[in-house]
Amino acid sequence: MALASPGRLHAAAVRAHRTEFVARTLLRAASAFVVFAIVALIVYLASEGTKLFTHDHVSPLLFLFSPTFNPDANAPGSLVFIVGSLAITLFAILVGGPFGIAVGVFLSELAPRGVVAAMKPAIEVLVGIPSVVYGWIGLTLLVPLIRTVTGSNGFGLLAAGVVLSVMILPTVITLSEDALRAVPGSLREGSLAMGATRWQTIWNVLLPAAGSGLTVALILGIARAIGETMAVQLVIGNAAVLPSGLLSPAAALPTEIVMDMSGAQQGSLLSHALFSMALLLLLIAMALILAVRFALRKRM
Amino acid sequence: MRKTAGIAALFVAGALVAPFVALADSSINITGSTAMLPLVKEAAATYQAKHPDVKIAVSGTGSGTGITQVAAKSVDIGDSDILAAGQSALVDHKVAVTGFAVVAHPGVGVTNLTKKQLQDIFSGKTQSWKEVGGADVKVTVINRPRNSGTRSVFTKTIMGDVPLTASGLTEDQTGSVVATVKTTPGSISYAAFAGARNQGLTEMKIDGVAPTEDNVMSGKYPVWSYEHMFTNGPPTPDVARFIEYVSGSADLVRKAGFIVVHDMKVSETDR
Repeated sequence: MALASPGRLHAAAVRAHRTEFVARTLLRAASAFVVFAIVALIVYLASEGTKLFTHDHVSPLLFLFSPTFNPDANAPGSLVFIVGSLAITLFAILVGGPFGIAVGVFLSELAPRGVVAAMKPAIEVLVGIPSVVYGWIGLTLLVPLIRTVTGSNGFGLLAAGVVLSVMILPTVITLSEDALRAVPGSLREGSLAMGATRWQTIWNVLLPAAGSGLTVALILGIARAIGETMAVQLVIGNAAVLPSGLLSPAAALPTEIVMDMSGAQQGSLLSHALFSMALLLLLIAMALILAVRFALRKRM
Repeated sequence: MRKTAGIAALFVAGALVAPFVALADSSINITGSTAMLPLVKEAAATYQAKHPDVKIAVSGTGSGTGITQVAAKSVDIGDSDILAAGQSALVDHKVAVTGFAVVAHPGVGVTNLTKKQLQDIFSGKTQSWKEVGGADVKVTVINRPRNSGTRSVFTKTIMGDVPLTASGLTEDQTGSVVATVKTTPGSISYAAFAGARNQGLTEMKIDGVAPTEDNVMSGKYPVWSYEHMFTNGPPTPDVARFIEYVSGSADLVRKAGFIVVHDMKVSETDR
């Protein structure tokens, strides 16, 4: 190839410079848009979600702690939904949490390479299943099973809790496996060299060493559970009452929003109350993210 | 470079305008009552077969949603089983009448209930079917959510001032009510005739009166309502033609399980 003339070289440089400029502008614009979208969402939710208190003069304490939700009669108490959400999330993390960590330990410490290679994609599939599918399976298999075994109508906290326990598994498994793999090999070897059994090593060395990472796994599991809407709505029964037990039908914050939002007239007390619940969910999510950052900082 | 940007801008502008141009080619958007859904879906299908240039999109979201959506001008027609309170801009078109059946799981062992018994059941006072002469099965009440016209009609005609129980289940569509009653022993709910029929459910007589079209027309059966199509202001010619088609097609209305308005021997105020 002949040497390019200085003029051509110059043109090529100019072209490269232009491409550089266009690319940089596009990337900046995309990032700016994301920031704008997040800020807009938070501002909108904060403004709509506080109208219940500023415009309708409902006390935040009444909103949080009154068990009577009857917006037609000026009673937007959301305690029943808050309790419902907390109950199913607690159930999911108590059942799905230890289970997920156990699988994480198995994958990082015990499983032969072939098993890991087979299980990883399986867990990824679990993440990819849409939540309506979990709910549908819960409705067609789990609810009748609970009905047959317990004699209740099948819908309720137990059904929702079990579905959520399964749904948080991939999050907890993946993150706890990563946390355990991040523990330096020297700790593992040192413990084994001192004569500790595999189980003693896992229990006394690895789990404590991976503590903050496992905490993050559980917190993100909670975050996954508390916002889940579709799967929960299908099996929880959607009863706006304080649950009297695991078999009692109940309702959660997201399911109540989705049940009533489409019919809530803009500016009505019902619409304001639903926005306050959405704001509450956002605040919970933010608190959980802060907790994650805190847990990670402790590790450094 | 500038030329490319210009062409890109044209494309973007085109993409933004295209949906509106498409909308101008007479498309009718309808949402609202799931009780009305069988009628409106059937009507939309046969109407589009006759008028291939008209596109009709129908969805079931609940009467309350139909009213809020048409009031916000998000749709052309809002379907509702109830009147639109406080929405003076909306124009009411009564296209049919429907009865609502009280439906129960076949295992409850009762086929007739008095109005008082219904109030006791749906307010949560009656806990077992045994108390009303049925099987020894726990009562599970299934309600519709707040935006439901069916719930609103049932409240107005049966419950009066007695509040519906908050326990029990809530299902957000006529279809899911029927599916849940079918599979849940001891359950009871209410649904429009068209959705409730031929599903293997017990359709309760109320004070001895069976939930039939004839009993609704004569005024003997109390739980019924007009099916309204609301438009925001006077309808456009295209929309008006479709609404006239629905209300004027008596065979279609009857076949879909609804009652023709002029077959009624009583009016809503007689109830």
